[in-house]
Amino acid sequence: MSEVAIIGVGQTAFVRRCGISIQELCFEAFKEAVDDAGISPSELDGSIIASAPEYDKQRSPAGVISEYLGLTPKPTFYCESICSSSSTALKVAYSFVESGLHDVIAIIGFQKMSEISSADVQERMGRGADIMWESPFGTMMPAYYAMFARAYMDQYELTEEQLALVRVKNAKYAALNPKAAYRKEVSLEDVLNSRVIASPLKMYDCCANADGASCLIVASKERAKKAKSTPIWIAGIGAGSGSVNMARRDSMTSFICAREAARQAYEMAGVGPGDIDVAEVHDCFTIAEIMAYGDLGFCKPGEGGKLIQDKETYIGGKIPVNVDGGLLSKGHPIGATGGSQLRTIVKQLRGEAGPVQVAGARIGLVHNIGGVGLYGNVTILRR
Amino acid sequence: MGFEKFGKVGFVSETKAVDFVDYLEQGKLMVTRCKKCGTIFSPPKMDCSQCLSSEMEWVEVKGKGKLITYTTLQFAPTGFDDDLPYTLGLVEFKKGLNVFGRLSKGITQDELRAGLELKPVPVRLSSGRISYEFQKA
Repeated sequence: MSEVAIIGVGQTAFVRRCGISIQELCFEAFKEAVDDAGISPSELDGSIIASAPEYDKQRSPAGVISEYLGLTPKPTFYCESICSSSSTALKVAYSFVESGLHDVIAIIGFQKMSEISSADVQERMGRGADIMWESPFGTMMPAYYAMFARAYMDQYELTEEQLALVRVKNAKYAALNPKAAYRKEVSLEDVLNSRVIASPLKMYDCCANADGASCLIVASKERAKKAKSTPIWIAGIGAGSGSVNMARRDSMTSFICAREAARQAYEMAGVGPGDIDVAEVHDCFTIAEIMAYGDLGFCKPGEGGKLIQDKETYIGGKIPVNVDGGLLSKGHPIGATGGSQLRTIVKQLRGEAGPVQVAGARIGLVHNIGGVGLYGNVTILRR
Repeated sequence: MGFEKFGKVGFVSETKAVDFVDYLEQGKLMVTRCKKCGTIFSPPKMDCSQCLSSEMEWVEVKGKGKLITYTTLQFAPTGFDDDLPYTLGLVEFKKGLNVFGRLSKGITQDELRAGLELKPVPVRLSSGRISYEFQKA
Protein backbone atom coordinates (compact mmCIF):
# COMPACT_ATOMS: atom_id res chain seq x y z
CA MET A 1 0.00 0.00 0.00
CA SER A 2 1.36 3.35 -1.08
CA GLU A 3 2.34 5.98 1.47
CA VAL A 4 1.80 8.92 -0.86
CA ALA A 5 -1.36 11.03 -0.82
CA ILE A 6 -2.98 13.90 -2.68
CA ILE A 7 -3.86 16.40 0.05
CA GLY A 8 -4.90 19.43 -1.96
CA VAL A 9 -6.63 20.05 -5.27
CA GLY A 10 -7.42 23.21 -7.21
CA GLN A 11 -8.63 24.21 -10.63
CA THR A 12 -9.56 27.38 -12.45
CA ALA A 13 -12.73 27.47 -14.48
CA PHE A 14 -11.92 26.20 -17.96
CA VAL A 15 -12.84 28.96 -20.41
CA ARG A 16 -12.43 29.83 -24.06
CA ARG A 17 -10.51 33.04 -23.38
CA CYS A 18 -9.15 33.65 -19.92
CA GLY A 19 -7.83 37.15 -20.63
CA ILE A 20 -4.97 36.82 -18.14
CA SER A 21 -1.32 35.68 -18.25
CA ILE A 22 -0.17 32.08 -17.71
CA GLN A 23 1.30 32.80 -14.27
CA GLU A 24 -1.90 34.57 -13.16
CA LEU A 25 -3.92 31.59 -14.41
CA CYS A 26 -1.69 29.20 -12.42
CA PHE A 27 -2.06 31.36 -9.29
CA GLU A 28 -5.82 30.74 -9.16
CA ALA A 29 -5.46 26.95 -9.20
CA PHE A 30 -2.49 27.04 -6.83
CA LYS A 31 -4.28 29.19 -4.23
CA GLU A 32 -7.29 26.88 -4.27
CA ALA A 33 -5.08 23.79 -3.79
CA VAL A 34 -2.98 25.12 -0.90
CA ASP A 35 -6.14 26.42 0.81
CA ASP A 36 -7.74 23.01 0.30
CA ALA A 37 -4.72 21.27 1.88
CA GLY A 38 -4.48 23.88 4.61
CA ILE A 39 -0.76 24.41 4.13
CA SER A 40 1.34 27.47 3.46
CA PRO A 41 3.37 27.72 0.22
CA SER A 42 6.58 27.83 2.29
CA GLU A 43 5.91 24.23 3.35
CA LEU A 44 6.35 23.01 -0.24
CA ASP A 45 9.63 21.27 -1.03
CA GLY A 46 9.34 21.90 -4.76
CA SER A 47 7.08 22.26 -7.76
CA ILE A 48 6.59 20.56 -11.10
CA ILE A 49 5.09 22.67 -13.88
CA ALA A 50 3.24 20.71 -16.56
CA SER A 51 2.03 21.86 -19.98
CA ALA A 52 2.44 21.15 -23.67
CA PRO A 53 5.05 23.38 -25.32
CA GLU A 54 4.54 25.86 -28.18
CA TYR A 55 1.25 27.45 -27.12
CA ASP A 56 3.06 30.17 -25.20
CA LYS A 57 5.66 32.72 -26.22
CA GLN A 58 7.29 32.13 -22.82
CA ARG A 59 10.15 29.66 -23.03
CA SER A 60 10.62 27.37 -20.04
CA PRO A 61 7.48 28.47 -18.14
CA ALA A 62 8.47 26.76 -14.85
CA GLY A 63 10.73 29.69 -13.96
CA VAL A 64 8.20 32.51 -14.25
CA ILE A 65 5.44 30.45 -12.64
CA SER A 66 7.59 29.41 -9.69
CA GLU A 67 8.62 33.05 -9.19
CA TYR A 68 5.03 34.35 -9.46
CA LEU A 69 3.79 31.80 -6.91
CA GLY A 70 6.63 32.67 -4.53
CA LEU A 71 8.18 29.20 -4.66
CA THR A 72 11.80 30.24 -5.18
CA PRO A 73 14.41 29.09 -4.17
CA LYS A 74 12.82 25.61 -3.95
CA PRO A 75 13.42 23.39 -7.00
CA THR A 76 11.11 23.60 -10.01
CA PHE A 77 11.13 22.18 -13.53
CA TYR A 78 8.94 21.59 -16.55
CA CYS A 79 7.33 18.22 -17.30
CA GLU A 80 5.80 17.32 -20.65
CA SER A 81 3.89 14.44 -22.23
CA ILE A 82 1.50 16.63 -24.27
CA CYS A 83 -2.09 16.07 -23.06
CA SER A 84 -1.01 13.89 -20.12
CA SER A 85 1.70 16.24 -18.81
CA SER A 86 0.19 16.67 -15.35
CA SER A 87 -0.36 12.91 -14.90
CA THR A 88 3.28 12.38 -15.79
CA ALA A 89 4.17 15.07 -13.26
CA LEU A 90 2.16 13.12 -10.66
CA LYS A 91 4.29 10.06 -11.35
CA VAL A 92 7.44 12.11 -10.83
CA ALA A 93 6.07 13.70 -7.64
CA TYR A 94 5.04 10.25 -6.39
CA SER A 95 8.61 9.01 -6.93
CA PHE A 96 10.09 12.02 -5.12
CA VAL A 97 7.88 11.46 -2.09
CA GLU A 98 8.01 7.65 -2.06
CA SER A 99 11.82 7.77 -2.26
CA GLY A 100 11.99 10.19 0.67
CA LEU A 101 13.76 12.85 -1.39
CA HIS A 102 10.92 15.35 -0.80
CA ASP A 103 7.84 15.42 1.44
CA VAL A 104 5.46 17.87 -0.23
CA ILE A 105 5.33 18.72 -3.95
CA ALA A 106 2.98 20.99 -5.91
CA ILE A 107 2.04 20.02 -9.45
CA ILE A 108 0.77 22.91 -11.52
CA GLY A 109 -0.64 22.07 -14.94
CA PHE A 110 -1.76 24.80 -17.30
CA GLN A 111 -2.49 25.73 -20.89
CA LYS A 112 -3.48 28.95 -22.54
CA MET A 113 -4.62 27.98 -26.00
CA SER A 114 -6.65 31.05 -26.95
CA GLU A 115 -3.70 33.13 -28.11
CA ILE A 116 -3.48 31.24 -31.39
CA SER A 117 -6.11 30.29 -33.99
CA SER A 118 -7.84 26.92 -34.08
CA ALA A 119 -6.00 26.03 -37.31
CA ASP A 120 -2.68 26.94 -35.69
CA VAL A 121 -3.58 24.79 -32.69
CA GLN A 122 -4.22 21.89 -35.08
CA GLU A 123 -0.90 22.56 -36.83
CA ARG A 124 0.93 22.26 -33.48
CA MET A 125 -1.14 19.23 -32.51
CA GLY A 126 -0.39 17.72 -35.92
CA ARG A 127 3.30 18.10 -35.18
CA GLY A 128 2.74 15.84 -32.17
CA ALA A 129 2.72 13.20 -34.92
CA ASP A 130 5.96 12.17 -36.67
CA ILE A 131 6.89 15.37 -38.51
CA MET A 132 9.10 13.41 -40.90
CA TRP A 133 6.65 10.80 -42.16
CA GLU A 134 3.09 11.82 -41.28
CA SER A 135 2.71 15.57 -40.66
CA PRO A 136 3.63 16.39 -44.32
CA PHE A 137 0.27 14.85 -45.36
CA GLY A 138 -1.71 17.38 -43.30
CA THR A 139 -2.49 15.39 -40.18
CA MET A 140 -4.30 16.66 -37.09
CA MET A 141 -5.71 15.16 -33.91
CA PRO A 142 -9.35 14.86 -35.04
CA ALA A 143 -8.21 13.08 -38.21
CA TYR A 144 -6.17 10.50 -36.34
CA TYR A 145 -8.96 9.77 -33.89
CA ALA A 146 -11.39 9.64 -36.82
CA MET A 147 -9.29 6.82 -38.29
CA PHE A 148 -9.65 4.92 -35.03
CA ALA A 149 -13.41 5.60 -35.03
CA ARG A 150 -13.76 4.32 -38.60
CA ALA A 151 -11.79 1.16 -37.82
CA TYR A 152 -13.82 0.54 -34.65
CA MET A 153 -17.09 0.97 -36.58
CA ASP A 154 -15.87 -1.42 -39.29
CA GLN A 155 -14.53 -4.10 -36.97
CA TYR A 156 -17.16 -3.99 -34.23
CA GLU A 157 -20.69 -2.82 -33.69
CA LEU A 158 -20.33 0.91 -33.19
CA THR A 159 -22.54 3.58 -34.73
CA GLU A 160 -22.24 7.35 -35.10
CA GLU A 161 -25.26 7.58 -32.77
CA GLN A 162 -23.39 5.66 -30.06
CA LEU A 163 -20.38 7.97 -30.46
CA ALA A 164 -22.75 10.93 -30.11
CA LEU A 165 -24.23 9.44 -26.92
CA VAL A 166 -20.83 9.88 -25.22
CA ARG A 167 -21.06 13.64 -25.81
CA VAL A 168 -24.69 13.71 -24.69
CA LYS A 169 -23.69 12.09 -21.38
CA ASN A 170 -20.67 14.29 -20.77
CA ALA A 171 -22.58 17.47 -21.67
CA LYS A 172 -25.28 16.50 -19.18
CA TYR A 173 -22.73 16.37 -16.36
CA ALA A 174 -20.82 19.47 -17.52
CA ALA A 175 -24.03 21.43 -17.09
CA LEU A 176 -23.67 20.68 -13.36
CA ASN A 177 -19.97 21.63 -13.18
CA PRO A 178 -19.38 25.34 -12.48
CA LYS A 179 -15.80 24.99 -13.79
CA ALA A 180 -16.74 23.54 -17.18
CA ALA A 181 -16.27 25.51 -20.40
CA TYR A 182 -19.59 24.32 -21.89
CA ARG A 183 -22.32 24.14 -19.27
CA LYS A 184 -25.02 23.20 -21.70
CA GLU A 185 -26.76 19.92 -22.35
CA VAL A 186 -26.77 18.76 -25.97
CA SER A 187 -29.16 16.39 -27.71
CA LEU A 188 -28.31 13.42 -29.89
CA GLU A 189 -29.51 15.47 -32.88
CA ASP A 190 -27.26 18.41 -31.92
CA VAL A 191 -24.23 16.12 -32.10
CA LEU A 192 -25.27 14.29 -35.26
CA ASN A 193 -26.14 17.55 -37.05
CA SER A 194 -22.93 19.37 -36.16
CA ARG A 195 -20.53 19.89 -39.04
CA VAL A 196 -18.09 17.18 -40.05
CA ILE A 197 -14.49 17.88 -39.05
CA ALA A 198 -12.88 14.60 -40.15
CA SER A 199 -15.36 11.86 -41.05
CA PRO A 200 -16.96 10.23 -39.11
CA LEU A 201 -16.16 12.75 -36.36
CA LYS A 202 -18.23 15.92 -36.17
CA MET A 203 -17.66 19.10 -34.24
CA TYR A 204 -19.48 17.85 -31.14
CA ASP A 205 -17.45 14.63 -31.20
CA CYS A 206 -14.39 16.81 -30.51
CA CYS A 207 -13.30 18.46 -27.27
CA ALA A 208 -12.91 22.19 -27.04
CA ASN A 209 -9.60 24.01 -26.80
CA ALA A 210 -9.63 26.02 -23.61
CA ASP A 211 -7.56 28.03 -21.16
CA GLY A 212 -7.14 26.74 -17.66
CA ALA A 213 -4.90 25.55 -14.84
CA SER A 214 -5.01 22.81 -12.23
CA CYS A 215 -2.98 22.12 -9.11
CA LEU A 216 -2.36 19.05 -6.95
CA ILE A 217 -0.50 18.96 -3.65
CA VAL A 218 1.20 15.59 -3.14
CA ALA A 219 2.52 14.61 0.29
CA SER A 220 4.08 11.85 2.38
CA LYS A 221 2.02 9.98 4.97
CA GLU A 222 3.52 12.03 7.80
CA ARG A 223 2.61 15.33 6.17
CA ALA A 224 -0.76 14.06 4.98
CA LYS A 225 -1.80 13.51 8.60
CA LYS A 226 -1.48 17.26 9.21
CA ALA A 227 -3.52 18.26 6.18
CA LYS A 228 -6.89 19.97 6.58
CA SER A 229 -8.46 17.72 3.95
CA THR A 230 -9.08 13.96 3.85
CA PRO A 231 -5.98 12.46 2.23
CA ILE A 232 -6.62 10.44 -0.92
CA TRP A 233 -3.98 7.77 -1.46
CA ILE A 234 -2.21 6.91 -4.69
CA ALA A 235 -2.88 3.17 -4.79
CA GLY A 236 -1.61 2.46 -8.30
CA ILE A 237 0.24 4.46 -10.91
CA GLY A 238 1.06 3.12 -14.36
CA ALA A 239 2.39 4.52 -17.62
CA GLY A 240 3.04 3.23 -21.12
CA SER A 241 3.91 4.40 -24.62
CA GLY A 242 2.88 3.66 -28.19
CA SER A 243 4.51 4.18 -31.57
CA VAL A 244 4.01 7.63 -33.07
CA ASN A 245 3.65 6.31 -36.62
CA MET A 246 0.25 4.77 -37.34
CA ALA A 247 1.95 2.33 -39.72
CA ARG A 248 3.61 0.69 -36.73
CA ARG A 249 0.49 0.38 -34.53
CA ASP A 250 -0.67 -3.03 -33.34
CA SER A 251 -4.31 -1.92 -33.39
CA MET A 252 -6.51 0.87 -34.76
CA THR A 253 -9.26 0.23 -32.20
CA SER A 254 -7.25 0.36 -28.96
CA PHE A 255 -4.17 2.03 -27.45
CA ILE A 256 -1.37 -0.24 -26.30
CA CYS A 257 -0.03 2.59 -24.09
CA ALA A 258 -3.32 2.63 -22.18
CA ARG A 259 -3.51 -1.15 -21.84
CA GLU A 260 0.06 -1.22 -20.51
CA ALA A 261 -0.57 1.67 -18.07
CA ALA A 262 -3.78 0.02 -16.83
CA ARG A 263 -2.05 -3.33 -16.32
CA GLN A 264 0.64 -1.69 -14.17
CA ALA A 265 -1.82 0.42 -12.17
CA TYR A 266 -4.24 -2.44 -11.46
CA GLU A 267 -1.36 -4.71 -10.44
CA MET A 268 0.17 -2.12 -8.12
CA ALA A 269 -3.18 -1.29 -6.52
CA GLY A 270 -4.18 -4.94 -6.28
CA VAL A 271 -7.60 -4.24 -7.80
CA GLY A 272 -9.37 -4.96 -11.08
CA PRO A 273 -11.74 -3.04 -13.35
CA GLY A 274 -14.76 -4.31 -11.39
CA ASP A 275 -13.48 -2.64 -8.22
CA ILE A 276 -13.50 0.88 -9.68
CA ASP A 277 -16.39 3.00 -8.37
CA VAL A 278 -15.87 6.08 -10.56
CA ALA A 279 -13.52 6.92 -13.44
CA GLU A 280 -12.23 9.85 -15.43
CA VAL A 281 -11.09 8.89 -18.93
CA HIS A 282 -9.40 10.89 -21.67
CA ASP A 283 -12.34 11.75 -23.94
CA CYS A 284 -10.60 14.24 -26.22
CA PHE A 285 -12.95 12.75 -28.85
CA THR A 286 -16.03 10.59 -28.35
CA ILE A 287 -14.20 7.59 -29.84
CA ALA A 288 -11.42 8.05 -27.27
CA GLU A 289 -13.87 7.40 -24.42
CA ILE A 290 -15.26 4.34 -26.26
CA MET A 291 -11.73 2.95 -26.67
CA ALA A 292 -10.89 3.72 -23.03
CA TYR A 293 -13.80 1.54 -21.86
CA GLY A 294 -12.18 -1.49 -23.47
CA ASP A 295 -8.56 -0.59 -22.69
CA LEU A 296 -9.42 -0.27 -18.99
CA GLY A 297 -11.45 -3.47 -18.92
CA PHE A 298 -14.80 -1.76 -18.21
CA CYS A 299 -16.15 -3.80 -21.13
CA LYS A 300 -14.82 -6.42 -23.52
CA PRO A 301 -12.81 -5.15 -26.52
CA GLY A 302 -15.24 -3.82 -29.12
CA GLU A 303 -18.22 -3.50 -26.79
CA GLY A 304 -17.79 0.20 -25.98
CA GLY A 305 -20.76 1.24 -28.10
CA LYS A 306 -23.06 -1.05 -26.17
CA LEU A 307 -21.74 0.19 -22.82
CA ILE A 308 -22.77 3.79 -23.54
CA GLN A 309 -25.98 2.69 -25.26
CA ASP A 310 -26.96 0.82 -22.07
CA LYS A 311 -26.10 3.93 -19.99
CA GLU A 312 -23.67 1.88 -17.90
CA THR A 313 -21.26 4.83 -17.70
CA TYR A 314 -23.86 7.19 -16.25
CA ILE A 315 -24.18 7.73 -12.49
CA GLY A 316 -26.21 4.72 -11.37
CA GLY A 317 -24.68 2.52 -14.07
CA LYS A 318 -22.00 -0.15 -13.74
CA ILE A 319 -19.12 2.33 -13.89
CA PRO A 320 -19.79 6.09 -13.97
CA VAL A 321 -17.32 7.82 -16.32
CA ASN A 322 -16.51 11.52 -16.75
CA VAL A 323 -19.20 12.80 -14.43
CA ASP A 324 -17.50 16.23 -14.44
CA GLY A 325 -18.21 16.71 -18.15
CA GLY A 326 -15.00 15.19 -19.46
CA LEU A 327 -12.64 16.89 -21.87
CA LEU A 328 -15.51 17.06 -24.35
CA SER A 329 -17.61 19.55 -22.38
CA LYS A 330 -15.45 20.65 -19.45
CA GLY A 331 -12.78 21.68 -21.98
CA HIS A 332 -9.22 20.50 -22.60
CA PRO A 333 -6.48 22.97 -21.66
CA ILE A 334 -3.86 20.34 -22.43
CA GLY A 335 -1.39 20.64 -19.55
CA ALA A 336 -4.14 21.22 -16.97
CA THR A 337 -6.27 18.23 -17.97
CA GLY A 338 -4.63 15.41 -15.97
CA GLY A 339 -4.67 17.52 -12.80
CA SER A 340 -8.32 18.37 -13.36
CA GLN A 341 -9.25 14.70 -13.85
CA LEU A 342 -7.37 13.78 -10.66
CA ARG A 343 -9.09 16.63 -8.81
CA THR A 344 -12.48 15.28 -9.86
CA ILE A 345 -11.67 11.80 -8.52
CA VAL A 346 -10.18 13.19 -5.29
CA LYS A 347 -13.43 15.14 -4.71
CA GLN A 348 -15.48 12.02 -5.47
CA LEU A 349 -13.53 9.88 -3.01
CA ARG A 350 -13.80 12.57 -0.33
CA GLY A 351 -17.56 12.70 -0.89
CA GLU A 352 -17.36 16.35 -1.95
CA ALA A 353 -18.66 16.02 -5.52
CA GLY A 354 -22.03 17.65 -4.90
CA PRO A 355 -24.71 16.97 -7.51
CA VAL A 356 -22.54 14.43 -9.36
CA GLN A 357 -21.43 12.46 -6.30
CA VAL A 358 -21.24 8.70 -6.89
CA ALA A 359 -22.59 7.35 -3.60
CA GLY A 360 -20.03 5.56 -1.48
CA ALA A 361 -17.18 5.87 -3.98
CA ARG A 362 -13.98 4.48 -2.42
CA ILE A 363 -11.76 3.60 -5.38
CA GLY A 364 -11.40 5.83 -8.44
CA LEU A 365 -9.41 5.73 -11.65
CA VAL A 366 -7.91 8.36 -13.95
CA HIS A 367 -6.96 7.54 -17.57
CA ASN A 368 -5.01 10.35 -19.25
CA ILE A 369 -3.55 9.99 -22.76
CA GLY A 370 -0.85 12.10 -24.43
CA GLY A 371 -1.18 12.54 -28.19
CA VAL A 372 -2.86 9.86 -30.29
CA GLY A 373 -1.98 7.10 -27.86
CA LEU A 374 1.68 8.08 -27.55
CA TYR A 375 1.69 8.30 -23.78
CA GLY A 376 -0.70 6.37 -21.54
CA ASN A 377 -1.19 7.15 -17.86
CA VAL A 378 -3.52 5.35 -15.48
CA THR A 379 -3.74 6.32 -11.81
CA ILE A 380 -5.83 4.54 -9.19
CA LEU A 381 -6.79 6.50 -6.09
CA ARG A 382 -8.21 5.20 -2.86
CA ARG A 383 -9.91 6.86 0.07
CA MET B 1 19.54 18.29 -47.04
CA GLY B 2 16.93 17.28 -49.58
CA PHE B 3 14.26 15.64 -47.48
CA GLU B 4 12.37 18.93 -47.07
CA LYS B 5 11.01 18.39 -50.60
CA PHE B 6 8.81 15.57 -49.30
CA GLY B 7 5.14 16.26 -48.73
CA LYS B 8 2.84 19.24 -48.98
CA VAL B 9 4.65 20.93 -46.11
CA GLY B 10 8.10 19.68 -45.07
CA PHE B 11 9.40 19.94 -41.52
CA VAL B 12 12.66 17.96 -41.72
CA SER B 13 15.57 18.53 -44.10
CA GLU B 14 18.45 16.43 -42.79
CA THR B 15 18.15 12.66 -42.44
CA LYS B 16 20.02 9.51 -43.42
CA ALA B 17 16.78 8.55 -45.20
CA VAL B 18 17.12 11.28 -47.86
CA ASP B 19 17.30 8.61 -50.59
CA PHE B 20 13.59 8.07 -49.94
CA VAL B 21 12.96 11.34 -51.82
CA ASP B 22 15.27 10.35 -54.71
CA TYR B 23 13.43 7.04 -55.06
CA LEU B 24 10.10 8.89 -55.12
CA GLU B 25 11.50 11.05 -57.95
CA GLN B 26 12.22 7.77 -59.79
CA GLY B 27 8.64 6.67 -59.25
CA LYS B 28 9.24 4.27 -56.37
CA LEU B 29 7.85 4.21 -52.82
CA MET B 30 10.41 2.59 -50.56
CA VAL B 31 10.76 1.18 -47.07
CA THR B 32 13.91 -0.21 -45.44
CA ARG B 33 15.00 -3.70 -44.41
CA CYS B 34 17.75 -4.59 -41.97
CA LYS B 35 20.46 -6.56 -43.81
CA LYS B 36 21.36 -8.37 -40.62
CA CYS B 37 18.05 -9.50 -39.12
CA GLY B 38 15.64 -8.87 -42.01
CA THR B 39 13.21 -6.62 -40.12
CA ILE B 40 11.23 -4.33 -42.42
CA PHE B 41 10.59 -0.73 -41.38
CA SER B 42 7.67 1.30 -42.66
CA PRO B 43 8.16 4.22 -42.54
CA PRO B 44 11.90 3.72 -43.10
CA LYS B 45 14.34 3.59 -40.21
CA MET B 46 18.04 3.84 -41.07
CA ASP B 47 19.01 2.03 -37.88
CA CYS B 48 17.50 -1.27 -36.83
CA SER B 49 15.67 -1.13 -33.50
CA GLN B 50 15.53 -4.95 -33.42
CA CYS B 51 19.26 -5.82 -33.63
CA LEU B 52 20.82 -2.31 -33.52
CA SER B 53 22.58 -2.77 -36.87
CA SER B 54 22.84 0.25 -39.17
CA GLU B 55 23.23 -1.79 -42.34
CA MET B 56 19.94 -1.19 -44.07
CA GLU B 57 18.72 -1.72 -47.62
CA TRP B 58 15.89 -0.10 -49.54
CA VAL B 59 12.93 -2.23 -50.59
CA GLU B 60 10.18 -1.07 -52.94
CA VAL B 61 6.53 -1.22 -51.83
CA LYS B 62 4.91 -3.05 -54.72
CA GLY B 63 1.60 -4.53 -55.63
CA LYS B 64 -1.82 -4.08 -54.14
CA GLY B 65 -2.54 -3.11 -50.56
CA LYS B 66 -5.79 -3.11 -48.64
CA LEU B 67 -7.25 -0.04 -46.96
CA ILE B 68 -7.38 -0.59 -43.17
CA THR B 69 -8.94 2.73 -42.14
CA TYR B 70 -9.39 6.29 -43.43
CA THR B 71 -10.88 9.70 -42.79
CA THR B 72 -11.86 12.62 -45.00
CA LEU B 73 -10.93 16.01 -43.56
CA GLN B 74 -13.24 19.03 -43.90
CA PHE B 75 -10.99 21.18 -41.70
CA ALA B 76 -7.22 21.39 -42.05
CA PRO B 77 -4.21 22.50 -40.07
CA THR B 78 -2.42 25.68 -41.18
CA GLY B 79 -0.76 25.23 -44.57
CA PHE B 80 -3.12 22.54 -45.87
CA ASP B 81 -6.43 24.44 -46.32
CA ASP B 82 -6.25 24.64 -50.10
CA ASP B 83 -6.18 20.82 -50.35
CA LEU B 84 -9.54 20.39 -48.60
CA PRO B 85 -11.30 18.06 -48.59
CA TYR B 86 -8.66 15.34 -48.54
CA THR B 87 -8.55 11.76 -47.31
CA LEU B 88 -5.88 10.16 -45.11
CA GLY B 89 -5.58 6.41 -44.92
CA LEU B 90 -3.60 3.48 -43.61
CA VAL B 91 -2.92 0.70 -46.10
CA GLU B 92 -1.69 -2.84 -45.42
CA PHE B 93 0.53 -4.32 -48.14
CA LYS B 94 1.39 -7.45 -46.24
CA LYS B 95 1.51 -8.53 -42.61
CA GLY B 96 3.78 -6.05 -40.84
CA LEU B 97 3.98 -3.67 -43.79
CA ASN B 98 1.50 -0.83 -43.39
CA VAL B 99 1.89 2.54 -45.10
CA PHE B 100 0.28 5.83 -44.05
CA GLY B 101 -0.58 8.50 -46.62
CA ARG B 102 -3.19 10.36 -48.62
CA LEU B 103 -5.72 8.76 -50.91
CA SER B 104 -6.14 9.98 -54.48
CA LYS B 105 -8.91 12.53 -55.05
CA GLY B 106 -9.99 10.21 -57.86
CA ILE B 107 -11.52 7.89 -55.26
CA THR B 108 -15.11 8.91 -54.50
CA GLN B 109 -16.71 8.85 -51.04
CA ASP B 110 -18.97 6.03 -52.25
CA GLU B 111 -15.96 3.90 -53.12
CA LEU B 112 -14.24 4.40 -49.75
CA ARG B 113 -14.41 1.31 -47.58
CA ALA B 114 -12.10 -0.93 -45.56
CA GLY B 115 -10.54 -3.55 -47.79
CA LEU B 116 -10.44 -1.31 -50.89
CA GLU B 117 -7.46 -2.38 -53.03
CA LEU B 118 -4.93 0.39 -53.51
CA LYS B 119 -1.48 0.94 -54.99
CA PRO B 120 1.10 3.60 -54.07
CA VAL B 121 1.85 6.21 -56.73
CA PRO B 122 4.49 8.96 -56.38
CA VAL B 123 3.00 12.36 -57.24
CA ARG B 124 4.53 15.71 -58.16
CA LEU B 125 2.74 18.49 -56.27
CA SER B 126 1.93 21.79 -58.02
CA SER B 127 4.60 23.51 -55.93
CA GLY B 128 7.24 21.19 -57.46
CA ARG B 129 7.47 19.19 -54.26
CA ILE B 130 7.19 15.38 -54.25
CA SER B 131 4.86 13.06 -52.36
CA TYR B 132 2.93 9.85 -52.88
CA GLU B 133 -0.72 8.89 -52.79
CA PHE B 134 -2.79 5.73 -52.94
CA GLN B 135 -4.79 5.09 -56.10
CA LYS B 136 -7.25 2.33 -56.93
CA ALA B 137 -5.34 -0.81 -57.91
